[in-house]
Amino acid sequence: MSQDYHGHEIKEPIGWLDKPSVVKRFFLAIYLICGVLLVAELLLFSTENAHPHPLEESMRFLVYPIYGFISFWFLVLVAKPMRKLLIRPEDYYEGGSDDAE
Amino acid sequence: MLNSLPPFVLFFVGAIVIAFTRGTVRKVLILAIPLLGGLNLWYGVEPGLHLQFDLLGYTLTPYRADKLSLLFGYLFHLAAFLGFVYALHLGDGAPEGSVAGEVGEDDIVGNASAGLQHVAAMVYAGSALGAVFAGDFITLFIFWELLAISSVFLVWARKSERSYATGFRYLIIHVISGVLLLSGALMLAHETGSIAFEHVGLDGTGAAGWMLLLSLGIKAGFPLLHNWITEAYPESTPTGTVFLSAFTTKVAVYALARSFVGTDVLIYIGTAMTFFPIFYAVLENDLRRVLGYSMINQIGFMVAGIGIGTGLAVNGAVAHAFADVIFKGLLFMSMGAVMTMTGRTKGTDLGGIYKTMPFTAGLCIVGASAISAFPLFSAFVTKSMIMVAAIEEHHYVVWLFMLFASAGVLEHAGIKIPFFSFFAHDSGIRAKEPPRNMLVAMSIGAVLCVLIGVFPTQFYTLLPMEMDYHPYDVRHVVTQLQLLAFGALGFITLVKSGVYPDEKRAVHVDAEWLYRKAGPRLLGNIGRAVTRVDVYVRSSVLEFVGSIMRGAERTHGSVGPLAKSWATGSMVLWVVILLVAYLLFYL
Repeated sequence: MSQDYHGHEIKEPIGWLDKPSVVKRFFLAIYLICGVLLVAELLLFSTENAHPHPLEESMRFLVYPIYGFISFWFLVLVAKPMRKLLIRPEDYYEGGSDDAE
Repeated sequence: MLNSLPPFVLFFVGAIVIAFTRGTVRKVLILAIPLLGGLNLWYGVEPGLHLQFDLLGYTLTPYRADKLSLLFGYLFHLAAFLGFVYALHLGDGAPEGSVAGEVGEDDIVGNASAGLQHVAAMVYAGSALGAVFAGDFITLFIFWELLAISSVFLVWARKSERSYATGFRYLIIHVISGVLLLSGALMLAHETGSIAFEHVGLDGTGAAGWMLLLSLGIKAGFPLLHNWITEAYPESTPTGTVFLSAFTTKVAVYALARSFVGTDVLIYIGTAMTFFPIFYAVLENDLRRVLGYSMINQIGFMVAGIGIGTGLAVNGAVAHAFADVIFKGLLFMSMGAVMTMTGRTKGTDLGGIYKTMPFTAGLCIVGASAISAFPLFSAFVTKSMIMVAAIEEHHYVVWLFMLFASAGVLEHAGIKIPFFSFFAHDSGIRAKEPPRNMLVAMSIGAVLCVLIGVFPTQFYTLLPMEMDYHPYDVRHVVTQLQLLAFGALGFITLVKSGVYPDEKRAVHVDAEWLYRKAGPRLLGNIGRAVTRVDVYVRSSVLEFVGSIMRGAERTHGSVGPLAKSWATGSMVLWVVILLVAYLLFYL
């Protein structure tokens, strides 16, 4: 039985995203877009800010790319320990136990 | 003639009529009513007081139109129309190609309750219109309660044990909100002599102002008061949730925009609302519940905008409410379509269905792009107004939180919803595309998401405040794309490194725990404590009474000394002895 990019079993009919080459190309496109946006960052210096504000002016360079990337990691790294604390069985409110698993 | 009638009248009369119709006639009516009402509002209604009268010393204004109420009026007609197009197939039996029966969800569409759902939705939409055109708090209160009473039937229409229980909790919470609204309004009337539904604020209005804010806060999903959203939305029918997502919270946003503009506390409440739900959204397995958290996050932006209170911020808040009804509606519609055709809405159960439902997947991605605020989509031109206003008013920390929340939106609504439902690992489910009416409703929603994003200037003319704002400049487009693209890069690295949490069949405890677990537990403990005290007191009293009875028995019982029969002779003997003793003593 063939497997997809993440090692899951591929079921019929085969979809275009089942092909690892397509997924690789998709990831490549994202990397490319990120690269182009980094280049665009350099060009931004020459543009006028339509809504100037001291905060953005003081930390202009690469603020948004770094913020976007870190936000995702921060979100997940906080959510994971949160899960340990808050997770309960599906029937918790219908009389299920207090145990997480 | 229609111009002088408040817009809700058409919907209420329509609800009565559709209750007695079936088949094609009912289908024509449910589409014609919002269409006719909407066209009348667009072409025939000018700002002004269209209906006002005195009753019991109060001036009631059931029909007041201004730019703010008209904007929400157009929105609610549009939402009702889209909702009814989406729900047009109700009563037609199981859709062709549905595999919901595989998981025992033979009537997940709610065909058995089609009439009830249509009538409830019609009254619900009418109540929302009644609320936004209300010019006084008494009228608002009436529609506030009608919103709750009508919409709960959309939860109950699912006809499951869980939906019945959820519906009751939903109703209780909203009735409390209504009671607070009426109490606050009457206190305000006592202080100011007016029940006009105008700016209230918290300065100088004392308890009345706070009570009204709390009432509105319940309906808007303020932190700790928000769980009715995440409880009710996943429990309603696929079509019912689309209506639920459109009206109640947006009526609350409208009411906040009318009565609490510039109230500082709203900036921080709103920011908290943008922030905390995104963590839950990462963890949650039920994708409609994820959208419920997403709803709170989006309303947070609106509430913060209303709190900031400048023209740009308020315009941003109401514009974002308008855009949200459409893109969130589109996302709920796409999840409803998945639910209709597969019987499932959990991330753990879905995946890979893009193969057989490509149009639904595509439309979902449009909604996901719109909510994520990609350039050329609606939220890009609406949410940015609030963000810019926050910066202009020097709320830098708030702005940083909002920027983080914007990245969070991309994570849970932009990526997670389409990814886990349509892509991810193949679940093997081979359901077909949903009924055509569902696809049409979703397509209209998708087109509107793009139209607002591409032609913001035309959309801005509908907004209530004066402003000078142009969303499309190179910096805004590039920085927003950077935020989103590098956020997506973050997602890829998280998934590839195995750090991204798997979907799990579980619930994650939220504030609802207070009234679903802790409250009953506390009441149970109090009950048990009272029982113990009661048993102790009763047994002690019984023991005490018993001991008295036993004492009495000892002295007065059948063998007790005081109950003995004394012979007359012995008494005479004792009297003689006493007399002799007395005599001896005396002598």
